[in-house]
Amino acid sequence: MSITYLEAIREAQAKLLRDDERVFIYGQDVGGTFGGAFKATKGLAKEFPGRVLNTPISEDAMVGAAIGAAIEGMRPIVEMQFADFSSIALNQILNNAGTHYWRTNVPVPITVRLPSGGTKGSGPFHSQSMESIYAHYPGLIVMTPATVEDAYTMLIEAVAIDDPVVYCEHKYLYYHLKADKLPTQGVPTGTARIAREGRDLTIVSYSAMVHEALAVAEQLAGEGFEIEVIDLRSVKPLDTNTVLASVARTGRLLCVGESFPWGGVTAEVIARAAAEGFHLLDAAPQRLNAKDTPIPYHPNLWSAHRPNAKEIARKARALLRE
Amino acid sequence: MLQTAQRQSKTKKPSPPHERFLEAYRWMLLTRTLEEKLVSLYRGGLITGGVYIGKGQEAVSAACGLFLQKGDIFAPLIRDQAGRSAFGEPLLDVTRTYLGSRQGPMRGRDGNIHRGRPQQNQLAMVSHLGAMISVTVGALMAKRFKGEKDFIGLACIGEGGMQTGAFHEGMNIAAVEQVPLVIVATNNHYAYSTQNDREFACHDLVDRAIGYGFEGYSLDGTDLSACLEIIGGAVKRARAGRPPQLVVASVLRLSGHGEHDDASYVTEEIKREPFARDCLKVAEQTIADLNLVDAKTLTEWRKEAVAKVDEAIATAQKEAPPEGDKEDWCAISVRDLVDSLQ
Repeated sequence: MSITYLEAIREAQAKLLRDDERVFIYGQDVGGTFGGAFKATKGLAKEFPGRVLNTPISEDAMVGAAIGAAIEGMRPIVEMQFADFSSIALNQILNNAGTHYWRTNVPVPITVRLPSGGTKGSGPFHSQSMESIYAHYPGLIVMTPATVEDAYTMLIEAVAIDDPVVYCEHKYLYYHLKADKLPTQGVPTGTARIAREGRDLTIVSYSAMVHEALAVAEQLAGEGFEIEVIDLRSVKPLDTNTVLASVARTGRLLCVGESFPWGGVTAEVIARAAAEGFHLLDAAPQRLNAKDTPIPYHPNLWSAHRPNAKEIARKARALLRE
Repeated sequence: MLQTAQRQSKTKKPSPPHERFLEAYRWMLLTRTLEEKLVSLYRGGLITGGVYIGKGQEAVSAACGLFLQKGDIFAPLIRDQAGRSAFGEPLLDVTRTYLGSRQGPMRGRDGNIHRGRPQQNQLAMVSHLGAMISVTVGALMAKRFKGEKDFIGLACIGEGGMQTGAFHEGMNIAAVEQVPLVIVATNNHYAYSTQNDREFACHDLVDRAIGYGFEGYSLDGTDLSACLEIIGGAVKRARAGRPPQLVVASVLRLSGHGEHDDASYVTEEIKREPFARDCLKVAEQTIADLNLVDAKTLTEWRKEAVAKVDEAIATAQKEAPPEGDKEDWCAISVRDLVDSLQ
């Protein structure tokens, strides 16, 4: 038997609905016989009547309602149809959910699922990675699972966490990634994973870019380089210690993210490594992001817009030569 | 669909007041007394930030708070001191928040009207107008999920806030979810300095009710009896399982947007409109005309209000403010998940 990243997300939600009566799922097209634009809730409305609810195309109100329900003791999961549309709900997520515990001492346990990242032909409004925006604001946990196992256990953990969680699931991994079985226990959020050990260069990444980094590490192994790949798992909290310990071993750091280049997760990782681990670095730390343009539609342009294995390898080789 | 166009009550003969008239009047009186004191403190430099009062809107607001029961959800907005008090908010919550006491519900982390006690069902508004409508809807959905009975939610808004996307989404989702919600919208004719003609172009805001699947009612917000009758009726209908209710009250904002604003843009013409009457004075006229309470009792009530307000201010003034180096700078409740960057 094998299970995909997408099926893991569905299974996690089925388990959550089964185990906890406070959980309900709220989003566009999640209910009925349809089960979501990507089928992440397929069959759940039938299995759990009244708890998997279609909403109008009202991202602000979807999250607002989830906040109100969470304050009243529920554990809502909001599915955004695409991460891109969560921009409509930014106010509720950042200014309402994100400030609520600080202001009132009452936490807001909502989970907002964001089908994130690029896939071929999806264009400017169905491809975005929003994690850097959410991580910038106080009061939110931002998860970016890169494996089937993490997709499953981190979603279960997200709902258990008393604070608002933005769960960035990568659409490119939905069908590409498979595991033999689902884990019974996960690594706690806030702990990064060493996806591949190495001693010459550290590549820090998260979500789909972990797999690009692993492909580059494999490729450069053929050239005699041992590259360590770190999967951040969550970008907030950010596991600085694991990054620094790796840089202490390798002396070189490249950080790769799929979101836009100005600021963001990769800049944060580099800033922390430079501030706290300057003495560990043998070369200036580098980062690689998508280009500073909207995300293009055509596959030829799209694959050149995002950081790809070829670009990562070029950047890695340059760093290794220094 | 019910559409009740309420009469402007300027020329109407005094009729017997609503049974809760005097009770509501006392909340209005307390509010006016409190807010006049807050304005003095602000002008004396003792309140940092801003002071936002509900002068002219006390009748509408008091009626909102008065009909809510334990277990109901209240989402007050900027000019709802009367409703907050009638719903049970202690005066100390107000003075502690305005004066920045560490002991207030917001502990100096938020100020003035951005306060609440969500666990006692008084939601803490954010400044982004319309945002609290869907939050109220969600709280009501949760109560329904949990099997609670006989609850309603009441959310306040102004005609300014009615023009946001969040308000539109909130009203629509309330009707889709068929939650027992009352929205009380007070048209005070100014969104900060902007008049109705640049705010909306429909004939009457209450006409929007039908477009969302709400039942809608208009109201002369300067007439306390009418406020009690119409808002009380909307609350009753929501509790009885009728569709969500929209009440649109007409008043004039008898202050600036905040106390920093001299409201010099308010025209003389609009001040002569029937909705420009001061609801507190109108209520007092009714009390006198119908001889509901004697002058001595009224004086007693005023003195009592002043004493309560003075005590709440004196207490909050004695309390320590928060301090930056002693503050718990943590925006999430799960300590294990705090990001390491400080």
